[in-house]
This record gives sequence, C-alpha cells and structure tokens, in this order.
Amino acid sequence: MEHYNMSLHLKVWRQNNSRDKGHFENYKVDGISSEMSFLEMFDVLNERLITEGKEPIAFDHDCREGICGMCSMYINGKPHGPWKSNTVCQLHMRAYKDGDTIVVEPWRANAFPVIKDLMVDRSAFDRIVQAGGYISVNTGNAVDGNSLPIEKDKADASFAAAMCIGCGACVAACKNSSAMLFLSAKVAHLALLPQGEPERKKRVVSMVAQMDKEGFGACTNTGACEATCPKDISLSNIARLNQEYLIASLTADK
Amino acid sequence: MLDAKIPAGPLDDKWTDYKGHCKLVNPANKRKLEIIIVGTGLAGASAAASLGELGYKVKAFCFQDSPRRAHSIAAQGGINAAKNYQNDGDSVFRLFYDTIKGGDYRARESNVHRLAEVSANIIDQCVAQGVPFAREYGGMLSNRSFGGTQVQRTFYAAGQTGQQLLIGAYQALERQVALGNVKMYTRHEMLEVVMIDGKARGIIARNLVNGELEKHFGHAVLLCTGGYGNVFYLSTNAMGSNVTAAWKAHKQGAAFANPCFTQIHPTCIPVSGDHQSKLTLMSESLRNDGRIWVPKKQGDNRKATDIPEEERDYYLERRYPAFGNLVPRDVASRAAKERCDAGYGVGTSKQAVYLDFAAAIERYGKTEVGKLGKDNVSQEEVIELGKEVVKEKYGNLFDMYEKITGENPYEVAMRIYPAVHYTMGGLWVDYELQTTVPGLYCLGEANFSDHGANRLGASALMQGLADGYFVIPYTIGNYLADEIYSKAISTDHPGFAQAEKEVRDRINKLMSIKGKQTVESFHKRLGKIMWDKCGMARNEEGLTQAIAEIQALKKEFWSDVKIPGSINEMNPELDKAGRVADFIELGELMCKDALDRNESCGGHFREESQTPEGEAMRDDANYMYVSAWEFKGESDWELHKEPLLYDVVKPSQRNYK
Repeated sequence: MEHYNMSLHLKVWRQNNSRDKGHFENYKVDGISSEMSFLEMFDVLNERLITEGKEPIAFDHDCREGICGMCSMYINGKPHGPWKSNTVCQLHMRAYKDGDTIVVEPWRANAFPVIKDLMVDRSAFDRIVQAGGYISVNTGNAVDGNSLPIEKDKADASFAAAMCIGCGACVAACKNSSAMLFLSAKVAHLALLPQGEPERKKRVVSMVAQMDKEGFGACTNTGACEATCPKDISLSNIARLNQEYLIASLTADK
Repeated sequence: MLDAKIPAGPLDDKWTDYKGHCKLVNPANKRKLEIIIVGTGLAGASAAASLGELGYKVKAFCFQDSPRRAHSIAAQGGINAAKNYQNDGDSVFRLFYDTIKGGDYRARESNVHRLAEVSANIIDQCVAQGVPFAREYGGMLSNRSFGGTQVQRTFYAAGQTGQQLLIGAYQALERQVALGNVKMYTRHEMLEVVMIDGKARGIIARNLVNGELEKHFGHAVLLCTGGYGNVFYLSTNAMGSNVTAAWKAHKQGAAFANPCFTQIHPTCIPVSGDHQSKLTLMSESLRNDGRIWVPKKQGDNRKATDIPEEERDYYLERRYPAFGNLVPRDVASRAAKERCDAGYGVGTSKQAVYLDFAAAIERYGKTEVGKLGKDNVSQEEVIELGKEVVKEKYGNLFDMYEKITGENPYEVAMRIYPAVHYTMGGLWVDYELQTTVPGLYCLGEANFSDHGANRLGASALMQGLADGYFVIPYTIGNYLADEIYSKAISTDHPGFAQAEKEVRDRINKLMSIKGKQTVESFHKRLGKIMWDKCGMARNEEGLTQAIAEIQALKKEFWSDVKIPGSINEMNPELDKAGRVADFIELGELMCKDALDRNESCGGHFREESQTPEGEAMRDDANYMYVSAWEFKGESDWELHKEPLLYDVVKPSQRNYK
C-alpha cells in the first residue's frame, strides 16, 4: 500500500456543556499520513491546539481497537464514518484524500445529551440494562456448565446478538433516535438461552418501558441502525424483540 | 513487613481449610458495612456484583462512561479452566503446575493452586449468567488449546472472550445497581486513598465531568484498576489504562511487587509512525500456522514475495527446532527484537518481521484437493482453496490487519513486532488479597500475585474473575468481621480533609506550571526510555542511565508541562497529566527493580545473565523471591523480599531447543 500525506479541512462541533448552544469550528490540518487512524488525526490536531494555547477537542475513546464502544463520532453524516462494520477508532486516514472536507459531530439524540464537544452521555443504556438486561443468578449458585446443553445454532445466534458494544451508533443513525437495535440485541442474547427463560417476559416488558422513559424514539423499520452498526447486529433482532414483547404483553401476569 | 498469611497444611487443603475457618459477618451487619471498589473490569465488576449480592453496601467507581468499557473487554483468546471436559488428562494440579512453570517459578504456590481450584466454578458461573461460550453441535461447551499447553482447557467466545465475560459481570453489577446494593460512579477517577488510624477508610475521587473532588467513606477499599503497561506509552492497553490508583496506594504505604515483570507479546501490528497512539494485538493463535522470517541479507529492501526461499531466515525454526514458531511469548519476542536490532528488520520502519501464511495456504489447499478427490488441479486453484481454509480459521484477524495496515495478508506476508501487553507486577498482596495497608485490597491485574515472571495465555481473565467472584467474598469477611463495631466515619473527619487538600494542592500545582511542553510529549519520551532500557532486554548500564534520565524528565515535567483549560470543568488533559506524573515515578521504580534482579527470568532478559548460546538464565540461588518495594520518599524505596518456597513443584530451567 502506497502511503501519502494530505491536508484536510475539518468542521468540528464545539460545545462547552449541555446548556451551551454549540457551534461548528473550522480547522485546517496538514501533513496527515494515510497510515494514521482517524483518532490519531484528532490527536495531532489537539496537540497543535494545546501548543497554540487553545482548548483541545473533547471526544470519547479508550481501547482504540473497536471493542470497548466508547468512541462516537458522527462523520459526514454517518456514525463511525464511511467504512462498513467499523468503529471510528479503526477508521484510517487512507479513507480520505488530499483537500477533503470532513464534518464531525457528536451523536445526536435527546436521550444522549452532549457533555462537551463530541462527548455525549450514554448512561441511558446502562439504565436500560438495569431494568432487566441480566439473568438473576447470584455468585455461587451455578450448576455445572455442561449440565444444560444448548443447541449450537441458538448459542451462536445469542453470541451474535451479544456482540453489541453499546456504542449508540444505532441511535445516532436513526431518524427517530430509536434504541431498538441496542435493546433488541440484549433481549435476543438472553431470550435465546435457556438460562434466560425464567425472566423472559418480565425482562422485555420492563426494558422497553425504561427505553421509552429515557426518551428514545419509536422504530419505523428503516434499517439505518443495522447499516451503521460496527458489529453487524442484525435487524432480525428487532423482529424477535417485537415478538417477545407481544407474547409477554398478552400473557404475562400483570 | 511481609506476612503472606498462607494457611498451614497441605497445598490441596489450604483453600478449603481457609474457607472453613475464616470469620463470617452476619447479614444484619453486612448492611452496615461499606465497601469501595475502584475499577470495573473483570475483577472489579465481579467483586462489586458478588459483594452486593452478599448484602454489603458497595460503591463502585470507573473513569469510563460505563463499567462495560473496562479494558478486560479487549481480551481475545479465552479463559482457562481445569474442567477436563475433553478427557485429555487435565486437572487442578496440571493447571496449577503449568501456571507456576509458565511464570518461571516466581509465583506463590498457594495462590496459584487456589486459582486453579476455583477456575471450574468461574465457567459454571459465567454460563449461568448467560455468557454465550462457543459450543459443539451436541450442545456442550467447546475448548481449544492455547499458549502451547498440552491439554484443551481454554473456553472461548470467538475472538471476543473478554467482551463476553465482562458483559456477564457488568450485567450482574447492573442488577445490583438496580437493587440498590451497589451505587455506581462513572467518569470518576480515584486520586487518593484516605488513611485514618492506620487503616484505609475511603477515597478522594474526581468527578471527571465537572472537575469536583468527592470524599467517599468505606470500611474497606478494593483496587481493581488493571495493569500499568501504558508506562511504555505504546502498548496494547486502552488509552485510559493507568497506574494512578495503585500508585497513590503505594505512596500511602502499600508495597509494590515485582514492578519490572512485564509481558511483551510477540504478535502485534508494528508501529507505522510517530503519530502512533496505541498498538493492536493479533492473537497468538496465528503462530499455529504462520511462519516467522526475515531476509538473510541485512537491509534487504525487496518485497517479501521477491525474496526467494533460500534467502529467507526462519530464525525461530533455526534456533528452536523443537518448538519452532510456537516458542513461548517471551522467547519469540526477544528473538524478533534481536533480528531487528541486528539490521534484518523489514517494512519502512525496519522494526518488524514477517509472519507468512503462504506455506499454510498451500498446505491447506492441497489437503482440500485431497478431500474433494480432484485431479489435475492448477496451483492457483490450490491456493484459492487454501485461502478459504485460512479465512475460516483467522478471518476476523486478517480483516483487522487489513483495516489497520491497508494490506491484504492473504496476498502479502503480515508484518508483526512485539508490544507491551500485560504487567505481572503490581501491588503486593497476601493470601487474602490484602495489601500491606490494612483494609486496602487489590484484585486482578493490578496485584502481583498469580503469574510470576510471565503470564500464560488465557490466564488473565481467569485470575480477574477468580479474585472477584470467588476469593474476595470470603477473605474480606475475615477482615470486616472485626469492623462491625466501627461506625461509618463522616467525610468531615480531618483524615478526609487532609487527603482532599493533598489532591487539591497537587492539581493546583500541575495547573500552575503553565509550561511549554504537552503532557503527551512527556509520555512519549518516558515510553521511549522505558522501551529502550527496561523493555525486552536490560543491562546494568542502560538501567542506571534510565533512572537518571527519568529523574531529569520528572524535573522537566514539573517545571515545563503545559495543561490547557481549568480545574473545575471537564479537562481530559489534566486527567492525563496526573496519570503521566505517576507513570514517571513508576518508571523509575521499574528500572530500580530491574537493576536489582540480575537474572533473566520470564518475560525479562537481563543481558548479564545468559547461557553461552545466548538464552535466558534464571538464578534461583539468588533471586527466588518476590521484590516488594516500600515507598520511603522521593526516589527512595526500601526493598523487602518475600522468599518463594516450593513445597510441591520442583523448579527447572525452561528449554525450547
């Protein structure tokens, strides 16, 4: 792969805190190597801003290997940028060419208030999990791991849903700011396993109620969430969620 | 000073006897006892969930925006457990023995045996929580072999085992949050341990969103804050991983053990330039099929595919015919560094070696042809079939490599280089996981206890969860049973005020420097000193120089660091400055420890201690001890030695020739 350097024009959302109105700021960055990651390009810009005595741009990031789910940038109208099945931290600058303009915004959703610049508060996701995204088993109660065989297909499907990294890109991509893909992945992960059976109905009803309470929008099945998900969480999980919810609402003891 | 409190009796019975005789706290009293847990990775989240279930009042802290982000999440390969589901001769003893041997005989027998004993319970617990481990068609849990062991004892969930285990622990933790047993503080960083009457009684934490300092009381404090690999600047750790909590505890009296024991992982994606912010690991399973080589000619700039077979040096196969490309992590890492230092490195940086799948692709291709019963197959077709097989085995890793480097590893040999991955050293703890400070405990990677001088693959996840789910719920009771008469101390107590003042003064001092150099630039310089002189290979001269260089760097940092913004707001540069200041101090101690340990053992090669063939030489006569360093003052430590006694295992020299 040939490497090259580029100059770019960045338009970055700056906002001091959740009460601030916020605005776009323009930056020109030079000498960006095609081998850099997108976040490393931000590191270069921030180092320059600090040296110039200006405030660096705040953004969330941690593992920088696409698994912790902390990074969250809305790049040219797409959460996590142009590559498929990818997080911002794994996006590399060879996706761009010299002279490009890149617009970077935070996740936009009422349920994810901006903390500062590109950083948002995703604690609503934790509260949705608190509403029932677990199996109620205390430490020390477990029976032997092989005492309950689980069909490989079901175990694999459960794993595919459990791969969700909780980044919130699905919400950011959705025109309604719906959290259905996130929620459905958790419901599917647990509903597909026999261990999840005892709390199956209560779980889905209570998690959906919490999601609504947090101010996420409704799902209109446009599929933008699936298209943007860095872990390829399938839209079929939402179908499963709807089915689980319907059965639970019709049959659960109130 | 060091009493490991190892229970008497035969090794097999120690843990059982301990559990049968440790003190208990009755449920009514548990409700009155408060426990602070710092860090929510595998160790912290599992401890918070388990102690919350028991009825203690728990407060948990993490610097990330959610406990689910902790870096345990990035572990790829798997988790070991002595289940013997494969009927291949595994047992608690074998897992214990492999761990002791893999750690090059620098770990405590009693702790490692307990780890092996509870390993099976961990798998059961995780399955019950809904962790979707890989399964066979019959519905049973699947195992693979890992890290050169002779049995299949590794449980896994594709290449995301850490993620699945952490989500299991995270969900258990959130359940306790919902029940009101655990109060979770996200985007909070611990900046001081509060000491009252010689005991740890709380912490000072900074709310990273608004910059406010908070005082929190606890009858006991648990640090589950992970490793300190980021002292090297570049490592496979997350950007935020740091030593600050452990370091504050160290300065309050907790001994720091074996700080120089770090693990360098051989198969990482090489550095591409000065902008590099972190390194990415490629699972070591790749070495099962890839062949590692460099050109025979120094400074050879030809493309890998243009270098003919006879001009390639498969140096691992040459030096270690018995193990070849499958030598342990430390040996493979050192051999790669040796070739690159000698001028045989490849790629633009020349700090890389090839990991080549061409031979494997051809071999698998031929096997497929045989399976399909085909005749007159072209070479191209064989290669295509082989690529399919390799894709099935390593597809996700190859994709990740391509994303980062832009090169297609099916066509071009991968370039790899060793990178800092894990730190075996950490706060010294006794059998109960208590540090040398009463009431202050340390769990998971942050402590030193179970891996000796080198950690085996798939053992880190096991240790984190063992400590949190199965060890601390017993051992903390032994301490708290005597605390039931201690009322919660008000955070107005002078002890809290004093600790808060120290934190405030330090932050003010940092912000008042108003120098010219960024925090990042200091961190990079520290990393370079550490990597060059306290990395894979060390010697007395280099370490002595490093100590002087670090002391000078520290001075420069405290007189010329530039931190933008202000104190009472979100200020990631200020957070980072505090962490880098602690890394600088830790770096000095690591070099001091490495200087003291004039032997090559585990992941650490002391050049003065090698065999005539240039292999690592351990020195059991002089160094069979845990180095526990007590902080005395600036650049001043006292070394305490905990002798390592091997009652059951007989130490032997490792040989991979």
